[in-house]
Amino acid sequence: MKTNKKNFNFILGIGIIIFMVLFVFLGRILPLRDANAIDATLKFAPPSLKHPFGCDNFGREILSRVIQGSFSTFCIALGTVFIGTFFGIIIGALTGYFGGLVDEILMRINDAIFAFPSILLALLFISLLGPGTYQVVIALGIAFIPSFARIVRGEFLKNRNMDYVKCAKLLGASDLRIMVIHILPNTLKVLLNSVLIGFNNAVLAEASMSFLGIGVQPPDPSLGRMLSEAQGFLFKAPNYALFPGLAIILMVLGFGLLSDSFEK
Amino acid sequence: MRYALKKIVTMMITVIVVTLFVYIAFNLISGDPAISMLGTNATPERLNALREELHLNDPVIVRYFRWLIALFKGDMGVSYSYRIDVSTMIFDKIPVTATMAAMSFILMIVISIPLGIHTSKYQGGVLDRIIMILNQIIMSIPPFFSGILITLIFGRILKIFTPGGYVSYSNDFGGFLWYMFFPSLAIALPKATMAVKLLRGSLISEYNMDYVRTAYSKGNTTNGVIYNHMLKNAILPVITFLGMALTDIIAGSIIVEQVFGIPGLGRILLTSISNRDYPVVMAIIVIISFMVLVVNMLVDIIYSLIDPRISFEDK
Amino acid sequence: MKKTTLRGLLLLLMIPVLAVALCGCSGDKKGKGSSIVVGIPQDLEDSLDPHKVEAAGTKEVLFNIFEGLIKPDSNGDFIPAVAQSYEVSDDALTYTFTLRDGVKFHDGSTVTLQDVKYSIDRCADTSGGSPLVAAYSNIKDTQIDGNNFIIHLNEPDTEFLAYMTTAIIPESNKNPDTNPVGTGPYMFVSRSPQENFIVKKFDDYYDKDHAAHIENVTFKVIGNMDTVAMELQSGAIDLLARIPSTQAELLDKNEFTILEETMNLVQALYLNNAEAPFDNVKVRQALCYAIDPAEIMLFVSDGKGTEIGSSMFPAFGKYYMEELNDTYNQDLDKAKQLLSEAGYPDGFSFDITVASNYTQHVDTAQVLSDEFAKIGVTANIKLVEWDSWLSDVYNDRKFQSTVVGVDASSLTASALLQRFTSDSSKNFINYSNPAYDEAFAKAKTATDEDEKTKYYKECERILSEDAANVYIQDLPEFVAISNKFTGYEFYPLYVQDIAKIRPAD
Repeated sequence: MKTNKKNFNFILGIGIIIFMVLFVFLGRILPLRDANAIDATLKFAPPSLKHPFGCDNFGREILSRVIQGSFSTFCIALGTVFIGTFFGIIIGALTGYFGGLVDEILMRINDAIFAFPSILLALLFISLLGPGTYQVVIALGIAFIPSFARIVRGEFLKNRNMDYVKCAKLLGASDLRIMVIHILPNTLKVLLNSVLIGFNNAVLAEASMSFLGIGVQPPDPSLGRMLSEAQGFLFKAPNYALFPGLAIILMVLGFGLLSDSFEK
Repeated sequence: MRYALKKIVTMMITVIVVTLFVYIAFNLISGDPAISMLGTNATPERLNALREELHLNDPVIVRYFRWLIALFKGDMGVSYSYRIDVSTMIFDKIPVTATMAAMSFILMIVISIPLGIHTSKYQGGVLDRIIMILNQIIMSIPPFFSGILITLIFGRILKIFTPGGYVSYSNDFGGFLWYMFFPSLAIALPKATMAVKLLRGSLISEYNMDYVRTAYSKGNTTNGVIYNHMLKNAILPVITFLGMALTDIIAGSIIVEQVFGIPGLGRILLTSISNRDYPVVMAIIVIISFMVLVVNMLVDIIYSLIDPRISFEDK
Repeated sequence: MKKTTLRGLLLLLMIPVLAVALCGCSGDKKGKGSSIVVGIPQDLEDSLDPHKVEAAGTKEVLFNIFEGLIKPDSNGDFIPAVAQSYEVSDDALTYTFTLRDGVKFHDGSTVTLQDVKYSIDRCADTSGGSPLVAAYSNIKDTQIDGNNFIIHLNEPDTEFLAYMTTAIIPESNKNPDTNPVGTGPYMFVSRSPQENFIVKKFDDYYDKDHAAHIENVTFKVIGNMDTVAMELQSGAIDLLARIPSTQAELLDKNEFTILEETMNLVQALYLNNAEAPFDNVKVRQALCYAIDPAEIMLFVSDGKGTEIGSSMFPAFGKYYMEELNDTYNQDLDKAKQLLSEAGYPDGFSFDITVASNYTQHVDTAQVLSDEFAKIGVTANIKLVEWDSWLSDVYNDRKFQSTVVGVDASSLTASALLQRFTSDSSKNFINYSNPAYDEAFAKAKTATDEDEKTKYYKECERILSEDAANVYIQDLPEFVAISNKFTGYEFYPLYVQDIAKIRPAD
C-alpha cells in the first residue's frame, strides 16, 4: 500500500517532468512564432487552433512565451541549485569533517543567515548586483548555500566517526580522499532529496523575483513577469495569467512528487 | 535561562551579520542617497554638504558602528526620502504585516489540522485520495499566483472582496481584518497543504504504535484516541514545520502585499531598497530578524508544553 | 483536563477567523458629500519642502497646499495669487509685485513681505553652489518697498515671470521638510508612508470665490495599478489621473467619466550623443527612420497619443511645430542605407535603460526593440529602479539610450529647450551643436515675442534634423472621475488642482 503510493508519486512526478521537458524542448524545435515578435492584429487574440494559448497585449504568442519562460526558469533554478549545492558541499564537508573553531564560527554565521528569509536575502543581493538573469542566479544561489551546508555538515558529522572512516584513516588515506571518495557518496541519498526540494524552492523563488520585476529582462519572457503583466488584463484575458501559472505549478508539482517518492 | 541567552546571542549575530552585509553592500552600489535627496539639479557643492551632514563621507565601518550603537539606544535614524523618524514610519506598519502573518498562521492551522486528522482517519478512502491530490496541487501554487486566483474568484466572480480596497486598521478595524483575510488566505493555502501532508503522515505512523492499540482496547472511540492520545505526539513535527513556515510567511507577505496593494512592511522595504533609503531598509531587516526569533522561541516553548520530555537545558 | 487542551486550542483559534467573517459584512459607507479620495500612482517619498521637492508626483499634490506670488491657471496663463498685481518694466529688468492684503498661512499667521523675501531669497541663495531655482541666478537683488516686492535682474528676461510661481512659505516654519505650511486652498493634515496623504480645506483662504469645495481630501497611494479599476468601482477611490487605458475601459460608464488629454511631456528614445554609435548623426537618423510612432501608440495606449517630432509638445501652442513630425517617416530601406553609410551595414547592439516603474516607457521600449530588429539593430532593455535611473542615467550620464518623458518645469519654451545647450547641467544626452546654442541664446535674450518664437522654432528644427533623440509622442492622459464629482481641470503642467472639483448635484 505504502510503496504503491510512493511508486505512484514517482511515476506521476517523472511523467510530469518528462512532459514539461518535452514541452520545453519540442517547443524550441517546433517552428512556433518568435516569443518576442509583436503583432498589433493579434492583440489579446483568444486561444484558438492557431494560437493555442492566445496572444498577449503585444500580440505575442503566449505559447511561445510560456515555453521560453519555462526554459529560463528551469535554467535559473538549475544554476541556483548548482551554486547552492556546490558551495554547500564544500562548506558543509569542511566544517562537518574538521569541526573545531572554524566550524563553530562558520556555523553560527550560517545559522544566522539561515534564520533570515532567503527570498529577502536574494532581494538584497539583487539590489547590490542589479537586475538581470545571471544576477538572479547568483543571488538565489548564495541565498541557498546555508541550507545545503547545514544538511551536508550534518551528514559529515554523522559519518566522520564511523568505522569505515576510521579504517580509511588507518590505511593512510588523506583527508581529501576520505571526504570525496568515502563520505560524500554516503550523503548522496539525503542530498538528492534536498536538491529536489531546493529545485522546487528555486523555481518558486525565481518566479517571485521576476514577478517583482527583477530577473529576466523584457521583452524576453519569464513566467513570473508574465504573471505580473497579466494581472492588469486579468478579466480581459484570463488565459494570459492562467498558462504561465499552470507552467509553474506543473514544474513544482513534478519535482515535488518526485522528492516525495524518495522520502524514507 | 541559558536557552534564552543562547537564542538572544544567535539573534544578535543574525542582526549583525545581515546588517553589516547590507550596510556595506549599499555603500558599494551606485545610487547615492545625497543625489536622490537633492535631485537632479543639485550642484557638487550642495551634494557634498549634504554628504557631510549625513556623515556619508566617513568610512563605512565607522558609520556602521555609529548606526549599531544608535540602534541599541532605540534610535533608528531618519528616513532619507521621507525625512521622518524611521521608527514612526515603521511602527505604523508593523501591525499590518503582523496581522497578515498572524491571520495566515491561524488560517493555516484551522485548515490543516482538521484536514490532516480527517484524511489520516479515512486513509485510502475516496475523499482522502481527492483531498491529497488537491493538496499536492495547491502545494505547488506560488503565493502570488494564489493571490491572483483569489482576486479573480472573490473579487470578480463572487464580488465579496474589493481588490486594492485596503482600509487602514486605525480607521475601520473590521474592514481592515476583512480585507486582510484574502491575502492571508493566499499565503496560508500552500503552507497549510504542507502541514496537512505532514500531520497526516505522522498520524498514520502513530496508528501502528502499541499505545494506540492499548487505548482502543480500553474501549476509547477513534476520535477519543486521536484527540487524547495521538495528536499530542503526532503534532510535534508539525509544530516545527509551523515555526519554519512562519518565517516563510513573513517573507512571503512582501510579495503578497504587492499583489493586494497593502501598505505594510514589505512595500516599505521594496520602495526603500529602490530609493536607497537604507536607514529604513536596515530597520526593517532588524525587525524581521526579531520577528523570526520570537517565533522560534514561541515554537520551542509550545514544544516543551506539549512534550515535557524536551527540555531546553539539554540543547 | 489536559487532554482537551488541544481541541480547545483549535476552537479558540477559529474564533478570530469567524469574527472576521462576521464583521466584514457590516462595513459601513460614510457620507461622501464633503470628502474625496484621489488615487496617486506613487507615494510622496520626498521632502515636503516646496523649494526642495523634486519628484513630479509630490509636486502635483503640493500644488494644492502652496502658492507663489502668482500661479498658473489651467489655460497656461499666470494669475495673481499671494501678490495682488504685478508689473514688468519695459526693459524686462525689474519685476514689481504688490502684496495682497490679508493672505493667511495655514498656521493662522498673515503673510508679510518679509516672508515673501525670505522665500525668494532662499531659492536664489548661491552659497551652496547654484540656486534652488536655476533661473534665479539672474537675480541681482530683491527689495521691499512699502507694499511692494521688487526684483532686479542682471539680464533682461521676458520669461522670468514663469519662475515666480515659487511657493511663499513662512519664515517661522522650522520643519518645512515634514510639515508643509503654505497659503493654498488646502492645508496639510497627515501622511502615512506608502498609504496616504491627507489634506483638508483651508477656511481662511483669501479668495472666497476660488476656495475649495470639498472639505477633506485623501490622496491614496495605489498599491497595485493592475486592479485599480475594481478599486474605483468599489468606491474606494473617486478620482484617478493617468489611469492606464486598459483599466479605464473596465469602468462602468454610468458611474465614471473618463476624460482624455495629453500628459504634456516629450516621450522619446533619448540617445547619448557623446557615445558611439550615437555620436554619428546617420545612426541617429537611421533609428528615427526605423520607428513608427503610430504603432507604438497602438500598443502602449490603444492608439491614443500625439505624435511629436522635436522637444516640444502641442500644449505650448505657438511654439509647437507639427510639421516636424514628418522629418522622418518610417522607411526601413532608408534606415538600412544610413546604417551602411555610417559603417554599420550589419547593424549593432545597444542598451535601452528604462525606469521599471513607468509601464508606458517599458512598453514603448519593447515595441522599439521589435522595430529596430527589422533594420538589424539589437536593442537590449535594461530595467532599473527610478532612483538608479536618476543617478546613473540622468546625473552621471552613464547610458547609451533611455526611454523617458521629459516635462516642462515651468510654462516657458526654454524649460524644454535649454537642456540641449552644450553647457547645460541638465543636458543628460550630451548634445552639442554650436548652431543650436546660438539660436537658443538669441531666443532667450530677444524681447520681441515674434523674434523669440522664431528662434525657439529654429532650435526645435535643429533638434529634429540632427535627430538628437528619437522623438515619439506626447502620451495620452486619461482621468477617471466618479460621477459624484465634477469640475476636473487639465493643466499644461504636472498638477492636480483639487480645489476646482466639486460634488455633482
